[in-house]
Amino acid sequence: MKEPVVSIKNICKAYQKGSETIPVIHDITFDIIDGDFLSLMGPSGSGKTTLLNLIAGIDKPDCGEIIVSGINITRLSESELSRWRAINVGFIFQFYNLIPVLTAFENVELPLLLSPLSKSQRREHVISALRVVDLLDRIDHKPKELSGGQQQRVAIARAIVTDPAIIVADEPTGDLDRKSATDVLNLMTRLNDEFGKTIIMVTHDMRAAKRAKTIKYLDKGYLNDSPANTDL
Amino acid sequence: MKLILLYSLRNLIARRLTTTLTTCGMALVVFVFATVLMLSEGLKQTLVSTGEYNNVVVIRKGSNVDVQSAVEKQKALLIETLPEIAIDEDGNRLFAKEVIVLIVMPKRETKSPANIVIRGIDEKSVRLRPQVRLIEGRLPNFGLNEVIVGKSISERFEGALLGDKLRFAMRDWTVVGIFDAGNRGYNSEIWGDVNQMMQAFKRPVYSSVIFRLKDSKDFDVVKSKIEKDPRISLEAKRETRYYEEQSEMMSKFLKILGLSLTTIFSIGAIIGAMITMYSAVANRQSEIGTLRALGFQKRTVLGAFLFESLLLGVIGGIIGIIMSSFTQYITISTMNWQTFSQLTFSFTLSLEIVIQSMLFAVFMGLIGGMLPAIVASRKNIVSSLRSA
Repeated sequence: MKEPVVSIKNICKAYQKGSETIPVIHDITFDIIDGDFLSLMGPSGSGKTTLLNLIAGIDKPDCGEIIVSGINITRLSESELSRWRAINVGFIFQFYNLIPVLTAFENVELPLLLSPLSKSQRREHVISALRVVDLLDRIDHKPKELSGGQQQRVAIARAIVTDPAIIVADEPTGDLDRKSATDVLNLMTRLNDEFGKTIIMVTHDMRAAKRAKTIKYLDKGYLNDSPANTDL
Repeated sequence: MKLILLYSLRNLIARRLTTTLTTCGMALVVFVFATVLMLSEGLKQTLVSTGEYNNVVVIRKGSNVDVQSAVEKQKALLIETLPEIAIDEDGNRLFAKEVIVLIVMPKRETKSPANIVIRGIDEKSVRLRPQVRLIEGRLPNFGLNEVIVGKSISERFEGALLGDKLRFAMRDWTVVGIFDAGNRGYNSEIWGDVNQMMQAFKRPVYSSVIFRLKDSKDFDVVKSKIEKDPRISLEAKRETRYYEEQSEMMSKFLKILGLSLTTIFSIGAIIGAMITMYSAVANRQSEIGTLRALGFQKRTVLGAFLFESLLLGVIGGIIGIIMSSFTQYITISTMNWQTFSQLTFSFTLSLEIVIQSMLFAVFMGLIGGMLPAIVASRKNIVSSLRSA
């Protein structure tokens, strides 16, 4: 039995809208084992992205604990959390979130600037990551010179370049055509199968979710192993 | 962090139009700032360089300029006997008694009248001012109604060309020479025999005496003798200090007026930079969120936006200084309010002004970018990412 890389214990989260408190996550407890490919599904507003943000350390829960690779990230200060994210989390966003004025190479190099690697070591890592996503021929291209699928592959290279403990992906195929989406999903499956990366993916797309080893469903802030609504 | 700085630079290039407009605004303010300082510096250099460090000017106590001064003949004779005065190769003392009178002359182009300094000079006066160079004609013969005129006077005033006759003090004076004193105040003067001038203007006293020190270190001794001897009781100043004082009032006025204007303009430029940077922050919210999510600290985001704003200031500063450097070709002719005489000087760009202008530009960039950069660094990561 593999060890859990992420342990979530009784977390809850609510947002304040004026004087009204809107609960988003209700007392969720679960583990994600090392090397898992987990899909979080659920209708809009069910709390999927919020849960993902909490696991990735870009948001903090109101209660409970999140332990990633033995570190209780809910106890970290903001700057400690930033340092932690730089080492432990790779991000893949729906709209790629590449920096438009930087080339593919520079975008992938960004997270490595926070590491103690030398320039030549950084170059090696970036080249390796771009090789994995098969974009070595687009190294000097800026995002606007790449297709949506290629941009998402650059974003994946950026997510893996630091060799993080977990990769979080928020609707990674949401802005892609069918072919590009398939390419991206193939790539993510390969990362999980060949490189043993732990991936946590939020998606609406059942076709994408089926690539995962585990699927969990969120509904109104509650986590289930099966969908509450059979339409999903 | 070279890549982050590159990120800021490339963002400025990506937003060419707003970058150009903002830097133009800053460049204009720096231009005004630099030209005001250049004007003041030009005036100061013209007047200060008029003097020689080893020369001593003696005037009446309390009169700041020689045009208001009076030195009686007996006192001048007593000063001439001081042993600290330098002696030339012919055994004569480098000492001159001079009279200063203001006359009104019309300008050649506008015909508008302006005050001109007439300096009655002694035989040693020219020798005491090595910076004065005769460029046309000859020196005036002493005992005759002859004058030499400064280059600026010859160029700008009627009847001041070589061979012309100038009419003042009920006499006609022949222009026998034109002299150039470089970028100095003498260029705006007319020189003739001191005795002829005193007779013509019915002046019984000199305005000032000037002499060269044998040894520069003797100044304090000479000053003490001139100021404390009850038979003399006049005021002695180094010539450089004397002219520096003449420039102080006008230089200060120019600076106050110019810097007040610049301060008002700079508020506009700072607001311009602020608007540019606020819009940059608003347009790049998702980039900010991404950088923060990737692990960059708040201070890195703050630094990137601040650097961008500083770059705006630096570019504006460089353009402003380049623009202002062209004003060095402009010559200004105006009244020196301390001597009430016409003074010609140029805008002068010095390293100090370049540094001050650049610091001013950087300051504008810093102030303009500070608030937007703080806002950018404090953005919530989740809400920033949502704006993608």
